[in-house]
Amino acid sequence: MTLLLEIRDLTIRFPAARGGTSVPVSHVNLSIMRGETLALVGESGSGKSLTGLALLGLVPPPGLVDPASSIRLDDQEITTLRGEALRAIRGRRIGIVFQDALTSLTPVLTVGSQLREAITAHRRMSAAAARAAAIALLGEAGLPDPAGSFAAYPHELSGGQRQRALIAIALAGEPDLLIADEATTALDVTIQAQVLETLDRLRTSRGMAVLLITHDLGIVAGRADRVAVMYAGQIVEEAATPRLFAAPAHPYTRALFRAIPRLESAADELTPIPGSVPLPDEWNPGCRFQPRCSEALPRCVTLEPPVVPLAPGENSRCWLPARDAR
Amino acid sequence: MIGSFGELLRRAWRNPSGRFGMLALAVLALAALLAPPLLKDPAAMPDVVAGATAPSLAHPFGTDQLNRDILARVVNGGRISLAVAGLAVLLSLGVGSLVGLVAGYVGGWLDAVLMRTVDAALAIPRLFVILLLLVVWERIPLGALILVLGTTGWFATSRLVRGEVLRLRHEPFVLAAEGLGMRARRTITRHLLPNAAGPLLVAATLGVGDVILLEAGLSFLGLGIQPPTPSWGGMVLDARPLIVSAPWTAIFPGAAIVVTVLSVNLLGDALQAALDPRSA
Repeated sequence: MTLLLEIRDLTIRFPAARGGTSVPVSHVNLSIMRGETLALVGESGSGKSLTGLALLGLVPPPGLVDPASSIRLDDQEITTLRGEALRAIRGRRIGIVFQDALTSLTPVLTVGSQLREAITAHRRMSAAAARAAAIALLGEAGLPDPAGSFAAYPHELSGGQRQRALIAIALAGEPDLLIADEATTALDVTIQAQVLETLDRLRTSRGMAVLLITHDLGIVAGRADRVAVMYAGQIVEEAATPRLFAAPAHPYTRALFRAIPRLESAADELTPIPGSVPLPDEWNPGCRFQPRCSEALPRCVTLEPPVVPLAPGENSRCWLPARDAR
Repeated sequence: MIGSFGELLRRAWRNPSGRFGMLALAVLALAALLAPPLLKDPAAMPDVVAGATAPSLAHPFGTDQLNRDILARVVNGGRISLAVAGLAVLLSLGVGSLVGLVAGYVGGWLDAVLMRTVDAALAIPRLFVILLLLVVWERIPLGALILVLGTTGWFATSRLVRGEVLRLRHEPFVLAAEGLGMRARRTITRHLLPNAAGPLLVAATLGVGDVILLEAGLSFLGLGIQPPTPSWGGMVLDARPLIVSAPWTAIFPGAAIVVTVLSVNLLGDALQAALDPRSA
């Protein structure tokens, strides 16, 4: 597999209320191979969505990407791109699907006209050709009645259909990387599985990579090749999916797994993680997970934990010695 | 817009008040466009002795104090009043939308400068500004009147549009459009403006009424449309001394103002409802 996208030292700052800065994403390193699915998992407020938006230069103002950050797409630095050059990346090289399909579609335009617009944003073609391409895309995204959906307004479609329409729109530019930012979170479980199935089919048929941003470890299993776990603006563990599920290395990852209900265990064995993700200005100088960690050592409070390599492309940000046979 | 402008009109047509507004405006506009050549005033020569005569077969709306046919003057006046109101409102909508879109979308210091300017302009009474601008001319050209009415009416519109843009600016669909690599101009015209169109249409309809009334007031002060060119406002105010002895001199031009303002407002309501696809 060849490297598609490499994020090095991505730091995003927001000017805070009282003169300081808050840093919701700090020194994130990630790489995505062509055609693979990388899951970025974390709780709300972990900075995972902001990381996704940064890939498109869409960090909302007054947020700023630190100048020392680097995002390289096929050897092209994209954090410094502006105007037309940035536009050529958005939609064309990297597409994005947001969580809420109803608000992600303009309510006053039909699905078809929004899809046609996405197609012609990057390719010159006649109105009739764009229409045909749009209907083909809707079919590819798994909408049962592509021509009917083409003429429909967003509110006339069901939640699952809207999400599929949104996927079709994101595919219009034939991107090399599709960011699915909680793209199936608003759907019920059966529809969610179908939409994820469709995403996976499209990934295979188009050879595109998928960055699956989610808070739900349950949808990661069997879909993602690799998983990056994010906590309070940092990647705390990165691993191949089978290894992560078999032997999570970071205490936070382990805590996440304990919080997932399992068929084979009784309901009262579910262990929630106490507290919530601290806000960016409440992080302590040491490990950011320490206040909620059941295995914390004294030094975790003041000393920032090292990133410990576990295997090629696998690491954990923790002071605890890596345990081998878990 | 909704598919096309035609589709929007079709949807507004299904609404009874929209239908009334459209029909009434169509009749007024057709009369203003086509009727003047057919309505040669049979009593065009001023005749102070004959004075105002009551409505009759020869003069269905009666005649005024100079024995001029009121029907002919209402129709001719409509031509002027509607053109002035329509063009002035279009001008102020255009300028107001542009300023509001730029201020809301670009933000930062440009927004601050534009909005403080608008604040200052809003603090000065419009009539006062218009009077100051219009004293330059001895006989005010029609174009200048439209320009002055149009360029003094956009401040509130720009605030309105800016507010809508700020509301919509961070909607996921705007973010999604940007994420798809759409040009800023396209994002603004296709995804921001149509969603802000409802309040804009209401502002426009209210603006038409405002401008018709404002123009009437200016005509009274001798600063609007100059006699003998007829305008509805001017006619109502000319009729002031005759309001008891010859009420028809005020009723017909007054009715023209009321019907126009009413139908524009009804049409505005219907368009607003039609713009919201969920109301179908």
